[in-house]
Amino acid sequence: MNAVLELREVSKHYPTHRAVNRISVNIERGEFFALLGPSGCGKTTTLRLIAGFEEPTHGEIRLSGSNIHHLKPYQRNVSTVFQNYALFPHLTVQQNVEFGLHRRAENHIGKRAREVLELVRLAGKESRYPSEISGGERQRVALARSLVLAPEVLLLDEPLSALDPNLRKQVRAELKDLQRSVGITFLFVTHDQEEALSMADRLGVMNAGELQQVGTPEEVYLRPRTRFVASFLGAINWIGDIGVRPEATRIAKRSTEEGRCRPATVVQSTFLGNCVHVEARLADGQTAVAQVSRLAEPFAPGEAVYVSWEPGDEQTFE
Amino acid sequence: MNRLRAWFLAPSWAVMLALFLAPLAIILAYSFLTRGTYGGISLPWTRESYQRLADPIYLAILWRSFWIAGVSTVFCLLLGFPLALFISRSGKRKDLYLSLVMLPFWTSFLVRTYAWMFLLRDTGLINTLLQKLGLIHSPLPLLYNDGAVILGLVYGYLPFMVLPVYATLERLDRNLLEASADLGARPWATLTHVMVPLCAPGIRAGTILVFIPCLGAYLTPDLLGGGKSVMIGNLIQNQFTTARDWPFGSAVSLALMAVVMLLLAVFVRRGEEGLL
Repeated sequence: MNAVLELREVSKHYPTHRAVNRISVNIERGEFFALLGPSGCGKTTTLRLIAGFEEPTHGEIRLSGSNIHHLKPYQRNVSTVFQNYALFPHLTVQQNVEFGLHRRAENHIGKRAREVLELVRLAGKESRYPSEISGGERQRVALARSLVLAPEVLLLDEPLSALDPNLRKQVRAELKDLQRSVGITFLFVTHDQEEALSMADRLGVMNAGELQQVGTPEEVYLRPRTRFVASFLGAINWIGDIGVRPEATRIAKRSTEEGRCRPATVVQSTFLGNCVHVEARLADGQTAVAQVSRLAEPFAPGEAVYVSWEPGDEQTFE
Repeated sequence: MNRLRAWFLAPSWAVMLALFLAPLAIILAYSFLTRGTYGGISLPWTRESYQRLADPIYLAILWRSFWIAGVSTVFCLLLGFPLALFISRSGKRKDLYLSLVMLPFWTSFLVRTYAWMFLLRDTGLINTLLQKLGLIHSPLPLLYNDGAVILGLVYGYLPFMVLPVYATLERLDRNLLEASADLGARPWATLTHVMVPLCAPGIRAGTILVFIPCLGAYLTPDLLGGGKSVMIGNLIQNQFTTARDWPFGSAVSLALMAVVMLLLAVFVRRGEEGLL
């Protein structure tokens, strides 16, 4: 395997809690890997361990095959895009991008900075200060400032969370394109499952300091290994011990098949424009939501129905 | 609303008028009068005091004052910046350390300066100790020289550097320092390229707060410098006491004030342009 970054049993324990607990994962060269989890799950700490801002309590972090635990942040060939971008307010856009090149005493600094600024569509803004550009532009300056150093891994800490929601979807696509065109490995931390699913080649789902599952978006969404992963990656109905996604949940007035069918009572149905969510209460008191076509026959509250699913659509956990 | 505003400002105006502008006007008038025989002033009006300012003796004192105040300010910065940085990184102990910085203000500056004399003089603590330990045979000349004056000024005005620098360091976004290291800056490069430029407002404020009082200092050079180390503050004091030349004393005071205001204007202007 051609892993650029390997985490082996990495832990970060604080006196009061275990922020990261025995995480092992290999990030392949050139892939877009998302680390997904709720706030406080340890994903940002993991990123900071890789960047060198924190030292692991146990375990090993290897970059291109060699252990980097003794290296300071300024000696590691990784770079971070911070959540608040952390642009230097006293430097212009151009100077921000040149900062790292100067520290590494590289050649053709001005030219390389301009090329990267062109790549992130910031040509013409070189002499602006961070306070004089928009949030989206600041985010691209932060990207350019790291990309210009051609790091082995680019670490992105919730880089879209400071943008306004309308811009976020557009930037997702741009970021994905950018990653493909520069070919740099991206390790992207987010709490937004849609972001992770739509952008990542592979993703890891974290909870309470532990990495619960690693896989492609399809694998993790369709075959979650734990209840936590199943519920974090999207809505899910719990029918007894099995989970069924709303879009795979069928609802009908007649019983269809034994085994994969449960009697229920309609609680309410909600019109959402492109579809209708019908909420029904099962015999055990749990409610299940079925996403049905708005062209389907209507369901009234109190109506007796059957909730069912197709073979293979159910998710089971030990 | 405006009337209310005027009423609230009235006390300040009264104080400024009575205690600042009026004395300043008096000094201005004195500086153009003739010296009285036993002090005081008398007619006729003259510009003679200002003409005497160009005398090389006085220019030398002015230059010397600038030099001593400048060196003291540099030392305050060199000592104050690391101290402010240390305090800003001290977590829960911050408040304790800040109160320690301000603790000397609880006693009179005069008493504290006398304390330095007891430490530095030939039979003082330091010389006695070094002699008892056999490290030196005769007392070191620690007191009554420029070094002692600079020491006293740095000691006295260090808090005025530490506090504003601390205030800017405290507001500094830690992410910026991490970003700097992340981009390959060693600690020294982070200090010079990120921390110092971003603390410039605090450094500038501290420099002004230290340099200006140092320039006009008279107590410290008088006590620690002896008769040898005359600064402009001593010259002014002398004119009003021993020399009994009030007009010249007034002229020196106003000249000092003019120079300080000019410097301040340049300093602030340059700061706004981001040159300092």
